[in-house]
Amino acid sequence: MTDATIARTGSDHRTAFRASTFGDALRSEWTKLRSVRSTFWALAVTVVLGIALGAVISAAAAHGYARSSVSGKLSWDPTGVSLAGVAIASLAIAVLGVLCISSEYSSGMIRTSLIAVPKRGRVLAAKSLVFAAVTFVVGEATSFTAFFAGQALISGHAPHAALGDPGVARAVAGAGLYLTALAVLSVAAGTLLRRPAAAITCLIAVLFVLPGIAQALPDSWRNPVTEFWPTQAGGQLTSVHPAAHTLQPWPGFGVMCLFVAIVYAIAWTLLDRRDA
Amino acid sequence: MIEARNLVKRYGSTVAVNDLSFSIRSGMVTGFLGPNGAGKTTTMRMILGLDAPTQGSVTVAGRSYRDLPAPMREVGALLDARALHGGRRAFDHLLCLAQSNGIPRSRVEEVLGIVGLEGVAKRRAKGLSLGMGQRLGIASALLGDPAVLIFDEPVNGLDPDGIHWVRTLMRALAAEGRIVLVSSHLMSEMALTADHLLVIGKGRLIADTSVDEFVRSRSQQSVHVRSPQAAELAARCREAGATVRVGSTSRGATAPVAGPDAGTGPDVIEITEMDSAEVGRLAAAHGIALSELTPIRASLEEAFMELTRDSVEYQAAGATR
Repeated sequence: MTDATIARTGSDHRTAFRASTFGDALRSEWTKLRSVRSTFWALAVTVVLGIALGAVISAAAAHGYARSSVSGKLSWDPTGVSLAGVAIASLAIAVLGVLCISSEYSSGMIRTSLIAVPKRGRVLAAKSLVFAAVTFVVGEATSFTAFFAGQALISGHAPHAALGDPGVARAVAGAGLYLTALAVLSVAAGTLLRRPAAAITCLIAVLFVLPGIAQALPDSWRNPVTEFWPTQAGGQLTSVHPAAHTLQPWPGFGVMCLFVAIVYAIAWTLLDRRDA
Repeated sequence: MIEARNLVKRYGSTVAVNDLSFSIRSGMVTGFLGPNGAGKTTTMRMILGLDAPTQGSVTVAGRSYRDLPAPMREVGALLDARALHGGRRAFDHLLCLAQSNGIPRSRVEEVLGIVGLEGVAKRRAKGLSLGMGQRLGIASALLGDPAVLIFDEPVNGLDPDGIHWVRTLMRALAAEGRIVLVSSHLMSEMALTADHLLVIGKGRLIADTSVDEFVRSRSQQSVHVRSPQAAELAARCREAGATVRVGSTSRGATAPVAGPDAGTGPDVIEITEMDSAEVGRLAAAHGIALSELTPIRASLEEAFMELTRDSVEYQAAGATR
């Protein structure tokens, strides 16, 4: 074993090395995300569920439109129908977001990662930024495709929506934004809870179970929950016709973002303080 | 230089590391030796900023690890070779680590060559054998071509070829003027690899010494004697200043003459603080017949066990002497 076999070939680089940057951490996290198969599968599920399920629901709802009641026709929301698949696909994004950090804890990779980048906030920021960006692109592509596919299936059977209609473009683009906020929330939840099963369970409870339970409560309890529950409030961004006891689209999304920010701050602090 | 000052780590009421101070110099392999549970890994985790010390501090190149501007360029570490995502290909695992410190892709190919893993670079980590995984871990430590290398039990799970390779690599890295800190719970391994030893037990520093010095001072020499006039010889030796135990408890360094109780009995004595030549001369001078005269040198392993006996965390009941 000689010098040359261990040391880098070429001129003495050690004097030349530069401090590592946030950009380096971003490139590293991008490599991590694209180099495991679960990323591919979760994103494929998001796209397929979002578009295919949206198409099936759109087709079924459009065919049932003629037979529906007057009130049913009054509340007909072709945009919401075509985006129904995206709402369910959000589960795949939540699971992937939790896994992209908690799988590092379950495998021990987190120690390797934190030895490479001991500035822990940088690891979390890079990881969530990369995952949020990927989710944004995939989420917008999915929701716009689901919207156009859904409207094509609806037209001819029921009134359909166009992007130019009031609130529609915002709702379709909002579905991608909602997924992006959810992506950041799930990375934070994974950081906070560290165990994949625990974090996924918690997130599903927050997303689907607790708002469902609230529906069984008396009005005086249910209304504030539907109004301010983070995922309910954030979901208003994706709806064209606001229901009773809900926030306006952007304030609603603001409530969700505030919630995400609080969870994120706790995750950041704990990551920084806990022994890895 | 790695420098620890009064390092303490408590987990609840358990003290894992207790007031540890040391400095590790470059150009040699420093063996970090101690029984299982002595606090070796905890100390390494504190050096690498994974665990925060309860008290005290540890610095690498004068800074705490978290403040290093380009950590992998200064320190390469292998704590646990299985601490990686099993679904990621070996190449991608190294690539994501390299990128995090701005190390070019070409260096990934280089270190794969150094550890001899070019052939399996495309294989997913969970498909690598224990030995290949260990080599992958070592490759990741070498990525930044760092001046400080820290390895926790690097030969665990390796075959003899692999052990020899790691040993040669450690020595080569040290010969290039780097700091090499290697932990082990095996004295025999350290005797072959290390120049300097930090011995810890129950979180405390027991010895900070060169391997040669350790061997000299710790491997006590004794003389195993069998004689029909053992009692008289014992008296003469004591007069001459030696310590004598009647009924030797030979510590297995040599197997005494066969027989159910060949090693013990009134005709057997064990003499320390006097070498065998002196014992023989003394016996001749007093006309004492000797039927056996055997110098016994305790092995390094025994010296280490002797040293850490009081600090072994988990001891089998039968193992106490």
